[in-house]
Amino acid sequence: MATVRDLPITNKSLAVQRSRAGFARLVFVVMAKDLRAELRTKEAINASAAFALVILLLFSFAFDLDPDTNRQIASGLLWLVFAFAGTLLLNRSFARELPNDCLDALVAAPVPASALFLGKALANYVLLFAIEMLSLVVFGIFYNVRWTVQFGELMLVLALGTWALTIMGTVFSALTVNIKLREVMLPILIYPFLVPALMSAIQLTLELMAGRPIGADKVSWLQMLLGFNVIYTAVSVVLIESVLVG
Amino acid sequence: MKKMRNTIIYVLAIAATLILGIDIYRIAGLPEEQAQGAIFKIIFFHVPLAIAGFACASVAFVSSILFLVKKDFKYDALAVSVTEVGLAFLAGNLITGSIWARIIWGIWWTWDVRLTSALVCWILYASYMMIRHAVEEPTQRARLAAVVSIFAFIDVPIVYFSIRLFRTQHPAPVFFSSTGSFPPDWSFIVFCNLMALFMLGAIFTMIRLRQEETQRELDSLRRLAHAF
Repeated sequence: MATVRDLPITNKSLAVQRSRAGFARLVFVVMAKDLRAELRTKEAINASAAFALVILLLFSFAFDLDPDTNRQIASGLLWLVFAFAGTLLLNRSFARELPNDCLDALVAAPVPASALFLGKALANYVLLFAIEMLSLVVFGIFYNVRWTVQFGELMLVLALGTWALTIMGTVFSALTVNIKLREVMLPILIYPFLVPALMSAIQLTLELMAGRPIGADKVSWLQMLLGFNVIYTAVSVVLIESVLVG
Repeated sequence: MKKMRNTIIYVLAIAATLILGIDIYRIAGLPEEQAQGAIFKIIFFHVPLAIAGFACASVAFVSSILFLVKKDFKYDALAVSVTEVGLAFLAGNLITGSIWARIIWGIWWTWDVRLTSALVCWILYASYMMIRHAVEEPTQRARLAAVVSIFAFIDVPIVYFSIRLFRTQHPAPVFFSSTGSFPPDWSFIVFCNLMALFMLGAIFTMIRLRQEETQRELDSLRRLAHAF
């Protein structure tokens, strides 16, 4: 659990702190705080990783897979696992700050809301990416999929798709933090929004899992994913002040 | 002010009813289309419903931004009213489309570009309503709902382009290709219907706005009563 001590408040004056710190450092401080808090308790990553494994297990019963269908549904299945496990993780991002009124302290701290948001998003990104890599390894073993053939490009798609999940998840995590049905609301809210991003990621991963590089006909999917990330990162950074502070 | 608004509502209601009545009479008198028979006439409502729904979304987007900038609750009331009306229009659009598809394609639904994006759009705005119901504190509710509304409006074109990218690579087997042109006097009926729907939308929005205002008044009275 985060404590007020983790916050970037020192006995130096606010102005000194600001001028020395700079935006990037504030983002880094928030990120480091979140990662530290999470790695100490491990509550979100444990739950999320376990959930990903359980879904991977269930999918093997849901579809009786022969190698051909396996290849066809592999990427869709994988991204659904990421999306499900991701919401579990992202739910905790702001909810973690509720005990001891840490959220109020964070908002009151001399950190702009956008830095707070980006720091949290980056921490979530690191955690989610780690869980995705773990699922990918387990997936490769259980489902006999050779995912390392186009390793570099797959990592690029994974990086972009995960950022889309993270940015939407973090902003909606902030949105739903004070709502009673938080755990249910987050997935209901973010999945429709994520339709374009998930679709792009699934299409690209499908290509890469089949061992083909991203061809000229699939580049537009990459652009779509990139565009989604750029637009929503920008809009979220602008609007997060209204969400957190008002 | 209230009286004036009532007059506007009545005038608009009469005008909308008149236009719709005349339109329905004219549509009933039109000949049947060669390939589709009578069912093609659903287009006179189907298309205007979609346009009116999108117009509502645009108004909701603008008033959500205005709320975040000015923090005036009348914009929040406008946003929720117009979103509800838009949801009803879009639902009408989806339902009329489905009825048409059942008769012409033989299926209720296909994952075509327009159908899918219209459905995703509907779900996005439904989630706007959900978040409104989930948050109780009015200021917070208005703020969060405005943010969701802005996000939703931005998502609609992205969804449309992404699904177009997806489905043009895998064309649906039951795709209706219409090569016939639409006569200009028929387009005029579509335009009249659109105007009537806009009026209807304005009426519903104004009635809904009044409910929101009354609700706010009730809330503040209740708070006042609790204060003593």
